[in-house]
Amino acid sequence: MIENEVSVEANVSEVNVKQSGHNYKDQYKIHQEPFYQQQRNEVQLYEAAYRSRLPVMVKGPTGCGKSRFVEYMAWKLNKPLITVACNEDMTASDLVGRYLLEANGTRWLDGPLTTAARLGAICYLDEIVEARQDTTVVIHPLTDHRRTLPLDKKGELIHAHPDFQLVISYNPGYQSLMKDLKQSTKQRFTAFDFDYPNAELETQIVAKETGMDAALVAKLVKIGGVARNLKGHGLDEGISTRLLVYAATLIKDGVEPRDACRMAMVRPITDDADIRETLDHAIDATFA
Amino acid sequence: MTTETEYQHPLMAAYWKQLDTRFPQVEEVFEDCMAEALAVLTRAGLDAYLEAARVIGKLGRGVEPMLAFMEAWPSTAKAVGESALPAVMVLIQRMQKSPNGRAIAPFLQTLAPVARRLKAQELLQDYLDITLNFMERTTGSIHGHHTTFPSPGLPEFFAQAPNLLSQLTLAGLKNWVEYGIRNYRTHPERQKDYFSLQSADSRAVLQRERHGTLLVDVERKLDMYLRGLWRDSDHLVPYSTAFDEIRKPIPYYDKLGIRLPDVYDDADNVSGLDRYRAVLAHIVGHRRWSEAQVADNWSPFQRMAVEFFEDCRIETLLIREYPGLRKLFLALHPEPLETSCDPETTSCLRHRMTMLSRALLDPDHGYVDADLNDFVARFHAVMAQGTSSMQEIASLALSYVARTRRQSDQFARVHFDNTVVDYRDDNRQLWKFIEAGDEEDAFDEERKIEPGEEIRGLPPRHYPEWDYSSQTYRPDWASVYEALHPSGNPADIDRLLQKHSALAKQLKKMLDLLKPQDKVRIRYQEEGSELDLDVAIRSLIDFKGGATPDPRINMSHKTSGRDITVMLLLDLSESLNKKAAGSDQTILELSQEAVSLLAWAIEKLGDPFAIAGFHSNTRHDVRYLHIKGYGEHFNDDVKARLAAMEAGYSTRMGAAMRHAAHYLAARPADKKLMLILTDGRSSDVDAHDERLLIEDARQAVKELDRQDIFPYCISLDPKADEYVGDIFGRQFTVIDHIERLPERLPQLFMALTK
Ligand SMILES: Nc1ncnc2c1ncn2[C@@H]1O[C@H](COP(=O)(O)OP(=O)(O)O)[C@@H](O)[C@H]1O
Ligand SMILES: [Mg+2]
Repeated sequence: MIENEVSVEANVSEVNVKQSGHNYKDQYKIHQEPFYQQQRNEVQLYEAAYRSRLPVMVKGPTGCGKSRFVEYMAWKLNKPLITVACNEDMTASDLVGRYLLEANGTRWLDGPLTTAARLGAICYLDEIVEARQDTTVVIHPLTDHRRTLPLDKKGELIHAHPDFQLVISYNPGYQSLMKDLKQSTKQRFTAFDFDYPNAELETQIVAKETGMDAALVAKLVKIGGVARNLKGHGLDEGISTRLLVYAATLIKDGVEPRDACRMAMVRPITDDADIRETLDHAIDATFA
Repeated sequence: MTTETEYQHPLMAAYWKQLDTRFPQVEEVFEDCMAEALAVLTRAGLDAYLEAARVIGKLGRGVEPMLAFMEAWPSTAKAVGESALPAVMVLIQRMQKSPNGRAIAPFLQTLAPVARRLKAQELLQDYLDITLNFMERTTGSIHGHHTTFPSPGLPEFFAQAPNLLSQLTLAGLKNWVEYGIRNYRTHPERQKDYFSLQSADSRAVLQRERHGTLLVDVERKLDMYLRGLWRDSDHLVPYSTAFDEIRKPIPYYDKLGIRLPDVYDDADNVSGLDRYRAVLAHIVGHRRWSEAQVADNWSPFQRMAVEFFEDCRIETLLIREYPGLRKLFLALHPEPLETSCDPETTSCLRHRMTMLSRALLDPDHGYVDADLNDFVARFHAVMAQGTSSMQEIASLALSYVARTRRQSDQFARVHFDNTVVDYRDDNRQLWKFIEAGDEEDAFDEERKIEPGEEIRGLPPRHYPEWDYSSQTYRPDWASVYEALHPSGNPADIDRLLQKHSALAKQLKKMLDLLKPQDKVRIRYQEEGSELDLDVAIRSLIDFKGGATPDPRINMSHKTSGRDITVMLLLDLSESLNKKAAGSDQTILELSQEAVSLLAWAIEKLGDPFAIAGFHSNTRHDVRYLHIKGYGEHFNDDVKARLAAMEAGYSTRMGAAMRHAAHYLAARPADKKLMLILTDGRSSDVDAHDERLLIEDARQAVKELDRQDIFPYCISLDPKADEYVGDIFGRQFTVIDHIERLPERLPQLFMALTK
């Protein structure tokens, strides 16, 4: 549930942070510039949000570049980034922290949210709607002017580090009333509305990301468009930018383009034989 | 005898009376048949159904024919349309008058599966013709006797018909039947063997006739092809190539859909499916890029040349989109030899045009004719500029005709060989004829409230409207009048529900799954109401073993209440009076059925819900009609209002949504869902800028979002993809097959609230 940036066991205890905060901070820094292709002016807008430490929400379908954007912004702002992939089983303690039993007593272990608040990191809660609502409410006090996080069990009130910022992402395409974000939560965030980029931009992105020839990538993008046209007519979601990147990567590695498309773009998204055949045909029609 | 059957419902009793029968077997199936019949037949169709059943019951051939008819007709009518009934009755009468009366029951027993396979009324007619011809030629001629013997093969044939049609086209069926008649007309036993598929040659002929890709088998794939690759869609209507011997039909499209042959054989290494795709691509090209020209001033030759050039222009554009199409087109395009037509004796115009057409698409055409090559170059030069236009390409075509004209073009003997490009349509859409009358003036009829038809009820509420060009609200712009919807007969709605009783049964199962269970246990809690022993012991073992124990050893209970309130907002604008594509019913009727079922379903679930309809006639008069309030149950009052649903005027969606939100926002509930059922874009007579009301609706959606209302649009407009996303973001569905709305709407609701 917690991605490579932070794992439960490797969590920083409060003591550790105080002693050697810099090292730990460093561990969450992104040292190499991630490639991010700006779609509009989201980079400047994000910077503005960060200057005022406003919480940010990034909306959009899966694989359209939300996480990459956040990663890029963390690098650009030179701030540590702690990412949590949310899921249904996650409890508030998984975010905030808990006591662990040890042979001679108990020891408190900060959760990723607490760590981020102490360190002054950007805390990115990915796919927030996957978490239950009673879990997500713990972020509320961090999102208003108080910028505090009460650790009830520990009897501590954390004042967030001045650099701390909260970012969440969610996919509004679930088409379910149940997986919609509560208004009381939404109202706490500034928001970015992401979507798959237009064909030209998407071509640039995938070409740059993979180092593949733009003319070939344009074909992948075209096929991606076919699947997106079928959304709602047998497909729940189209082919994501991420899958296009996969296909291009395979081709770069010498896989025959048609095979790569089938494997990376068609097979993962559907088991419906008619859709598959239509997409396969689109592949053949595109690669003359 | 059970003559005094009592049907609960007075209508049912009346229907039963109409049948005028005493067969107890019919009585047994009567209600089931009626449930199905009510679902698919119009009122007039229902009368015809009962009358036909009555007649068949009185043929003096026992209960079988009547039973078979009662059961077969509703689904037959669903497949090919209820207007096919007279043709069916004609055949039955013919059989009755011949010695073949005993074949009536076998005929009716397989009618429904046959119709489902054929799908089009014209094709069913062809089937009936084959049958009649078969009957006439095999009746009574055995060993030269008088016509008193029934056809031995006919009943066997009927029994096999669905099986045969699942493998053959009608043309194939016709050939197979023909073979049997020719060889066994005078051998009753062998004829029976042949038509019951017992004999070896019968199976061999079946194998021989069985070929090609049937349209019905690939329809869904083609639908996806249109949508996915071309963002287009339409009904695909089959025609049979078997019966027009003189002039083979050519694909075309018109208001009712795209007409395609019922089968395509593989040709020149191109699969039947790909041949369909080639036709569809070509037609899409016309729909995208061709603009009809006035035909009156041009000679037939000139028109033919223009068509060839225009076909090549759009195909060039299609190939730009999908380069793979070139290979497909060229595989199907004829490639006449330059020398195969003699201009001294024959009209070679078609031959010249076909070669040119080939050369325009095939970089390796290899033709040497100087004029041809000159025009190929000029064509490519024009196309290099962009998409060109039909008008521009037509002038190129005309100069080609002028340059290459020959005396012999007028000859009666025309060179046809190898000049038919069979994936191309008949190009009827390329031309308009001035004499044909100015239909354009027909729209723009006045829409006014008739005098006397006054707005009753409360004073209006005023809502702002969003003006996207200035990015501001126009305050108090739309006046919404609300009123209670007029009432009709609640029994009509009960009839609709009864008609869908099978569907209701299915829905019931799904509903049961959605119903809140009273208590659920939540395990793996750090804090909870009770210790979860299983987990606690596991934790303890971990702890004793020196591992880190899981602290989540408690569990708690919670009542998982569904706390959802629903508002169903119905577009009641004029356009709902149209017949739904592919159905005998109007969109309004289908909506009425769907809403009745949905209301029934939500009532079962127990979610509070309201229903309202709206339409508008300028911003001064938006009407909001209450059909069901939150306080009401789905009772006869509500049903009466639903029954009286009528359509008229326009669709000012934003104002209606704001007004509905006014009620929904006031409800105490965790989740608030507003379903908007509509068949078109937001529009009104006083809004000339199309975007205006779309942008306003989009703004209204944003307002709903701020009020924690989840709006969701169910659109019945096949073209909705163009705008509905602008309004509702991702929260919408387009129902492609409106006739399935009654089934889809409740399912959608359940999926949304699962
Ligand atoms: N604007 C962009 N710039 C660079 N790469 C992008 C962009 N959008 C998408 N990608 C590519 O798509 C992949 C998936 O994006 P990601 O951010 O993981 O999606 P999401 O978080 O929206 O599910 C990235 O790994 C990257 O390769
Ligand atoms: Mg054409």
